[in-house]
Amino acid sequence: MKNKKIIKKVKDHILEGSRAIALTINNIGPDVISAYPITPQTHIVEDLAQFKADGQADYEYVRAESEFAAASIVLGACAAGSRVYSATSSQGLLLMTEVLYNISGMRLPIVMTCANRAISAPINIWNDHSDAMAVRDSGWMQFFSENHQEAVYQHLLAYKVAEKMKLPALVNVDGFILTHSYEPVSIPSKSNIKKYLPDYHPASGDFLDTKNPVTMGGFFSPNEYFQTREDIYNDFNLSLQEIKKEYKKLKKVFNIKSSGNGLIEYTGAKKPKVILIAMGSVAGTIKETMKKYSDVGFIKITTFRPFPAEEISQAIKDCKNITIIEKAVSPGSGGPLFNEVKAAIFKNDKTNIKNYIAGIGGKDISQKIIEKIIQDSHKPNSSTKFIG
Amino acid sequence: MKKILTIKPNSSLNNKTGNWRTHRPITDNAKCIGCSLCAKLCPEGCIEMINVNNKLKPLTDYDYCKGCALCAHECPVKAIEMKEDY
Repeated sequence: MKNKKIIKKVKDHILEGSRAIALTINNIGPDVISAYPITPQTHIVEDLAQFKADGQADYEYVRAESEFAAASIVLGACAAGSRVYSATSSQGLLLMTEVLYNISGMRLPIVMTCANRAISAPINIWNDHSDAMAVRDSGWMQFFSENHQEAVYQHLLAYKVAEKMKLPALVNVDGFILTHSYEPVSIPSKSNIKKYLPDYHPASGDFLDTKNPVTMGGFFSPNEYFQTREDIYNDFNLSLQEIKKEYKKLKKVFNIKSSGNGLIEYTGAKKPKVILIAMGSVAGTIKETMKKYSDVGFIKITTFRPFPAEEISQAIKDCKNITIIEKAVSPGSGGPLFNEVKAAIFKNDKTNIKNYIAGIGGKDISQKIIEKIIQDSHKPNSSTKFIG
Repeated sequence: MKKILTIKPNSSLNNKTGNWRTHRPITDNAKCIGCSLCAKLCPEGCIEMINVNNKLKPLTDYDYCKGCALCAHECPVKAIEMKEDY
């Protein structure tokens, strides 16, 4: 009896991952949902449509004829000042790609779930991270969940940070492994969510309003366009601290027991000889396997964009054997996560390596700029800078 | 976020297109006969005929002139010269 009581206290339900996400979204209370069904995301949007049909939801559920339409519908609704939600997978995410860039370019805080799935051809409906990696540079924050409970909380975190930073967010949950499996999970109530996530009210002039007419996504010449890209880059850097801050609050409000900081989570040996790094549901398998080893540590990356390079380089600086396990590959290069981690480790290196972003949106790269870059190359600080 | 992304009505003049130009039209007022053909032809409408010593002469608005050179090409007295501009 005593045990039962404890279990009930910790987790409320045994739910399918998709249902856990759908119930959480309903409690978050978006104004508009639009999605197009695709395996393995289907159950999430079926549940959300069912809640609406059963009179248990207040949102508008707009049916779409494709993922391109679904993304465009939530773009429009968000531009009109609504909190919105969508979900997709694989080919669906790729069909949305053009709209994803429009969403981030307009700085609309849209949150979407990606039930991660392989990309055709050959056709394959099972899980990997190729879809998320294909939109890596689209200007969307990306979170990766290990289990149902983490997926639930990451959606709250995603809305909070997205609306604060005006950046869209993709919450990645492994297709089937999370979306179709059953686990004990507690769903935050509407009243508890209100304590963490206030209603969404964009500032006047930031959304489409007949009383204060504006154009969104209009023409920008090279100088101005360049500035928008620098803004997105800078705000992604700022969002690293924001995610840490908001995750701390999330942990407090919902009493989350985790060693993570919202960006990464370290478990295992205090002085590890080997550190494994991975994202998503494989973290569970790694943690179980690690129990046999006393000298292995594990970094679970929960936020992939913005990339927590500083946290990772700090966490691995005393370990010589780093192994990255990932479910995606960049042909002709390596694993995308592997390359990012290598770059993060390089922060500890003495080589003076700099990065100048120039010429974006047609901004001219003149001889004067190249000269300035050559002169600056000797100054010792490794960083990414916009120049133009 | 520094750059304001929304655009107000009647603000298209904020989009200065002069930096698209690689060549700048320079009018020699001594040669110019004031026929106004350049102002009528300019696709950007950025040439205004103004009164200089009681004679009509073109004034090019370089904030918007994209340097298409149509004015220089069509000028009947070749009073407009395109000069490198960058």
